[in-house]
Amino acid sequence: MTITMSSTLRPPPSKVAPLAAVELKNVTCQFAGSGGGTYTAVSDVDLRIEDAEFVAVVGPTGCGKSTLLNVASGLLEPSSGDVLVFGKPLSGLNRQSAYLFQADALMPWRTALDNIAAGLLFRNMRKAEAEAQARDWLARVGLRAHADRYPHQMSGGMRKRVALAQALILDPPILLMDEPFSALDIQTRQLMEDELLQLWSVNRKSVIFVTHDLEEAISLADRVVVLAAGPGTRPVAEFNITLPRPREVSEIRMTQEFLELHTAIWQVLKKEVLKSHAHAQG
Amino acid sequence: MRTPKAKPRGPVAPRSVLHFQIILLLGIFVAWWGLVKLDIIPQFFFGDPVGVMQRLIKWFVTGSIWTHLINTLIETMLGFVIGTVSGLVCGLWLALNPMLARVFDPFIKAANSMPRLIFAPIFALWFGLGIWSKVALGVTLVFFVVFFNVFQGVREVSPVVLANVRLMGANRRQLMRWVYLPSATSWVFSSLHNAVGLAFVGAVIGEYLGSARGVGYLILQAEGVFDINSVIAGILLLTVFALLLDIVVSRVEVRLLRWQAPVQAQTVQAQTVKTPAGQVQAVQA
Ligand SMILES: Nc1ncnc2c1ncn2[C@@H]1O[C@H](COP(=O)(O)OP(=O)(O)OP(=O)(O)O)[C@@H](O)[C@H]1O
Ligand SMILES: [Mg+2]
Repeated sequence: MTITMSSTLRPPPSKVAPLAAVELKNVTCQFAGSGGGTYTAVSDVDLRIEDAEFVAVVGPTGCGKSTLLNVASGLLEPSSGDVLVFGKPLSGLNRQSAYLFQADALMPWRTALDNIAAGLLFRNMRKAEAEAQARDWLARVGLRAHADRYPHQMSGGMRKRVALAQALILDPPILLMDEPFSALDIQTRQLMEDELLQLWSVNRKSVIFVTHDLEEAISLADRVVVLAAGPGTRPVAEFNITLPRPREVSEIRMTQEFLELHTAIWQVLKKEVLKSHAHAQG
Repeated sequence: MRTPKAKPRGPVAPRSVLHFQIILLLGIFVAWWGLVKLDIIPQFFFGDPVGVMQRLIKWFVTGSIWTHLINTLIETMLGFVIGTVSGLVCGLWLALNPMLARVFDPFIKAANSMPRLIFAPIFALWFGLGIWSKVALGVTLVFFVVFFNVFQGVREVSPVVLANVRLMGANRRQLMRWVYLPSATSWVFSSLHNAVGLAFVGAVIGEYLGSARGVGYLILQAEGVFDINSVIAGILLLTVFALLLDIVVSRVEVRLLRWQAPVQAQTVQAQTVKTPAGQVQAVQA
């Protein structure tokens, strides 16, 4: 196994490159700062996610991971730069993607079942059929008995699972996930990770998976992208994860290759985390 | 404006709350009766509870009250419904059109800060002395309360929920049905409790200023002959009906807002009341 680390992040564009699922070119995001100035969260980011590729993005807290996902989903228009989705410039919302938000995004006034069926109903599917599919997904995420619960009646982990079903039921080619499992306990989390890998192996989507958990990133992804500390974050390194699939997250973490990868990536990440920490201290 | 969810549930069991309420009510009546009987406050100005009760009973036994009561209730209901629906529609419309909202902003603020009861005589000229001048008054009162709450409710929609539903592919109409309306509902209901009272105010003030029937008219007549017991009986009657209407609103609210977490989550155990025999009995929430 080889650990490949490229400091120039993108391979030189080859003429016959297949269309990337998502491609960020020179993306810069500036926000209005507190003191009237501007805060550059993301600066000159080039990022390419191939079709059916699982990319994990790690980086210190507050560096701009969610911002990048917002850009990829079309919710946030970058201050400058281009977003291409399957080769086409993105304008408006990214209809090819589903987004699992970091924060709770279920409709609190709808039951678990309704929340999951919603996207299908928006696509004018008949109600009975949408609900049947939603029930199916509810079972797949292990919540068969909780169809009629409202979000406030569910635990944080259950809500995340409903959100996962809500995103996957639409069967989008691109899946954007923002720390989807960070609120879960270790056991549930590994179950969900395995579940995600299993679902993904059956139906390979392009995934951008943001996490602050390096182990999670390595055990799930084909590629791990490390973002620099903010302000003006950009990818500083990326690692190809050559661990064999199918993977079982709890087992793969014990392997030698995993540990080597972990050490290598952590060295890069640690530097950024320390920088971010020093910056936050002022 | 009340904020939604302002419905704290104390640790006290509902049944003992009811007991306290009844005792308090009786206490007020007894104190009133005592003060009047002992001539501490003049009966001429304060009436007496027994006389008030007799008056109420007479009204209902002879049936003379019905025409007035029904008239007032119809005016109230019409004012309430028309005001609520128009407030809801305008609130949604303006909240979803920020440009319009900015244009209308000073006008709405001005209209709201106007003392609208002053319009009662003008409405009488415009709409005549029948029910519609009273309904109009009620509508002007109810409209703004509902309007501002809906406006606020739409603005308070969680941006994450909104973004999520938009990304799931909802169009404008679906956004309205799945996000804006339900999110505004809790705000609407908190305003409806105020609106019920205001609809009554509109109806009664309108009647008071010029009409041929209605509870407000009855009170005016009684005041004309210094029949203080009838005045108080009329006020009590209105209060009871305002309460009843408020209960109806609360009932509907509970049904429609089932999805809302109570301010303080409660377990089944916490909702049980110990009966004297020591059994634990579940109380319907
Ligand atoms: N709407 C906004 N207005 C101003 N600043 C913003 C806005 N959104 C994000 N930022 C800033 O941009 C930076 C990146 O934010 P972002 O939410 O992308 O971080 P993150 O990497 O997702 O962090 P975490 O791991 O804690 O979720 C932060 O410093 C944040 O303060
Ligand atoms: Mg984030």
